[in-house]
Amino acid sequence: MFESAALRTRRKIRDCVAQGLIYLAVMLVSLVFFWLLVDLARGGMTHLSWAFLTESPRDAGRAGGIASILVSTLLILLVALVAAIPLAWSTAILLAELVPAESSFGRSVRFSLHVLAGVPSIVFGLFGNAFFSIYLGLGFSILSGGLTLACMLLPILTSTAEAGLRAVPDSYRLSAAALGLSRTAALTHLILPAAAPALAAGLLIGIGRALAETAALLFTSGYVDRMPGSLLDSGRALALHIFDLSMNVPGGDESAYASALMLVILLLCINILAMKLAYGLQRKKIMT
Amino acid sequence: MLTDRVLTGILRSGALLSALIMLLILCFLLLESWPALTGLPVAGFLTDPSWHPLESAYNLMPMLSATLLASIGAITLAVPLGIASALFIVFFAPSHLASLYKRLIELLAGIPSVVFGFWGLTVLVPLISEWQPPGASLLAAVLVLTLMILPMIAITAYTALAAVPDELLQNAAALGLSRWGTIAGVVLPAARAGITAGIILAAARALGETMAVLMVAGNVVQHPESLFDPVRTLAANIALEMAYAMGDHRSVLFVSGLLLMLLVMALSAMAGLLEKHRHV
Amino acid sequence: MVKIIIFSLTNRFGVVAAVIAFCGLVWAVPAVANAGSQRLVLTGSSTVAPLINEIARRFEAKFPDVRIDVQTGGSSRGINDVRKRIADIGMVSRALKPDESDLLAFTIALDGISLIVHADNPVTGLNRRQVAGIFTGDLSHWRAVGGPDARITVVNKAEGRSTLELFLDYLQLKNSAIKPHVIIGDNAQGIKTVTGNRNAIGYVSIGAAEYEVQRGAPLRLLALDGVEASVENVREGIFSLSRPLNLVTAGEPQGLTREFILFAQSPQVHDLIEAQYFVPVDAN
Repeated sequence: MFESAALRTRRKIRDCVAQGLIYLAVMLVSLVFFWLLVDLARGGMTHLSWAFLTESPRDAGRAGGIASILVSTLLILLVALVAAIPLAWSTAILLAELVPAESSFGRSVRFSLHVLAGVPSIVFGLFGNAFFSIYLGLGFSILSGGLTLACMLLPILTSTAEAGLRAVPDSYRLSAAALGLSRTAALTHLILPAAAPALAAGLLIGIGRALAETAALLFTSGYVDRMPGSLLDSGRALALHIFDLSMNVPGGDESAYASALMLVILLLCINILAMKLAYGLQRKKIMT
Repeated sequence: MLTDRVLTGILRSGALLSALIMLLILCFLLLESWPALTGLPVAGFLTDPSWHPLESAYNLMPMLSATLLASIGAITLAVPLGIASALFIVFFAPSHLASLYKRLIELLAGIPSVVFGFWGLTVLVPLISEWQPPGASLLAAVLVLTLMILPMIAITAYTALAAVPDELLQNAAALGLSRWGTIAGVVLPAARAGITAGIILAAARALGETMAVLMVAGNVVQHPESLFDPVRTLAANIALEMAYAMGDHRSVLFVSGLLLMLLVMALSAMAGLLEKHRHV
Repeated sequence: MVKIIIFSLTNRFGVVAAVIAFCGLVWAVPAVANAGSQRLVLTGSSTVAPLINEIARRFEAKFPDVRIDVQTGGSSRGINDVRKRIADIGMVSRALKPDESDLLAFTIALDGISLIVHADNPVTGLNRRQVAGIFTGDLSHWRAVGGPDARITVVNKAEGRSTLELFLDYLQLKNSAIKPHVIIGDNAQGIKTVTGNRNAIGYVSIGAAEYEVQRGAPLRLLALDGVEASVENVREGIFSLSRPLNLVTAGEPQGLTREFILFAQSPQVHDLIEAQYFVPVDAN
């Protein structure tokens, strides 16, 4: 290794410059994000209270709380999950366990889901409005909003579940086959329990996406901020409430901050829960 | 076995249904945009004076240019910052700081777009307005989009960097390469496919992002001449006018939805191809 | 896609199950949707919606088993949804046009459209030529109309809003002639934009603007051609930019729809109409 001293110092300088730039970038990113989070916390804290969570909005959301909004959000989420989970997980099981990866059926389904994953949420909104709200006559309702979200969640739930199933070691399948278990039995008793943490984690990722969604719900679940009486009532989701307060309600910023803080906290809890759940399931599996 | 056959049948119909949803979405988009595609001169989408649906002027180009400019701007800012963040986590930071920073990025990845939009509206737009009114502008859209896609780029880049085999690093060390020499000459090329795929996905997200952009971009239909001009993107246009649109107007909005979807599909096809190359 | 279908044709069970499941989804859902009958859906004008919300609340208090859903989205959507039978009643903040003669309109109140600026802006009134100049970009500076030393931020409405149509009609302009800096959707968004920008000028429903001024929003309604933009002047019929607020139905209203329209036109709700700064009209 014959290096001139000049070359070496030049490299050292380059190293230092690169490191400096990277630290600078990281500092910038952290700074901006702390700015955002601190703003959110400061703006929301003063308004966030127990009453805010348990009262329904009054005066277009300037006063009162977000109880009815939370209920609507929860119902939309439930509809979406009830519709999406069976489809997504059966697709995942089929793709991972029963159909060879290179079969044309598997490839076509996977391709279709891959495309679906890239569709912008506003396009889901357009589709949901045309199909669920108008063609099926569901109108602006929690049901049409939830079903639209279900279409959106399908690729996420499927791909996370498929990855989880594929991560189950083949020895499970081989030993099940050796014991003469049917595929159904092997699935329900061995493979699904083994993949459960992955399924749960995928589910929570999906819930996070659903909670954050606004554009797909704008023309499907509607704007009504009252307590929903049934799934056919229109209900305003939390993210949409933030949008409406900040865009359409003069003097609505305080409530918007509080709602935004609430939404971020909710998403944070879901993330933490996801990890806890996955960890717990893994431990249980080892114990038994 | 019978149960197996039944199970396979059920699963197969589930999978079929999932696949059909894509088809259904395409069908309905086409169905709704059909009146505009057949009834209006298609050249009008390119040559009409501007976007004035009530005067039957349906030029989509100003919004397409705004969409592309906003996305390109966001990518230009987010890529260096995102890759730097990933490099920081993998190579530069002490381990506790690395995991802390990674947490922060993951937390940010989960923040909903409407919150970014809200923050942009209450903080960024007034700031820009002090400097160059009216504040709601292409610049605001670019900045908000940057914040939104940065975590995505950082996380995919991190995954790609972490997947670079240790032997490569050891070999580089054995050759006496400097730290930056190793990164620029060995690590980044090895992780290139993964990083690029992440960037393409982020670009798709930026193109399709609606609410955050709607809230900060000012929504005037025009080819922007400067960063401070208000613009309207395709997705924001759909959100803004959909509720009010009827007849041809509604149909053209579905055409713009279709256009958006094709753009995004082309991008994800590119990402898919890259992915394939990486594995081969 | 075709591949999927062809491939699964070889698996008859799967196809049959999928088709049954799919048809089930398609057909079962509307059946459920029609189950609830004591429901009224109103969509349309964001100007009328807050008023109808209040009226609906009073109506529901009178008839507890009725539920009224109000969705905003502009007058054209109100008309569109009534035609498509998505809504029972459309809210339309203008008179019906000749090509809308298939619908019936029931006027419940009168409203005007006022230009609004930030309360810190010293300008108190404009004439029609100045307004046209500002909105077409010929007058781009507040000094040109006796205002502060600042560029004007023109706030225009998005297409499809009847407020926009009426305003353009008054100025005798096409929307393509307007050079806006910000485009907004609802009245409230316009008010929010103007209260947040000292140099902005926009136009919204007088009712909405006075309501917000009363609540302390930093906002000023501009006199137009020397006539104060106020509820009184709309009532007197001397304010040039005024309009009827209508409920619209497809065909003669029946049952609950009829009940509600009669209720909204009755003196029982005049206090609500006045509370929103609109002018009640006497149903004859």
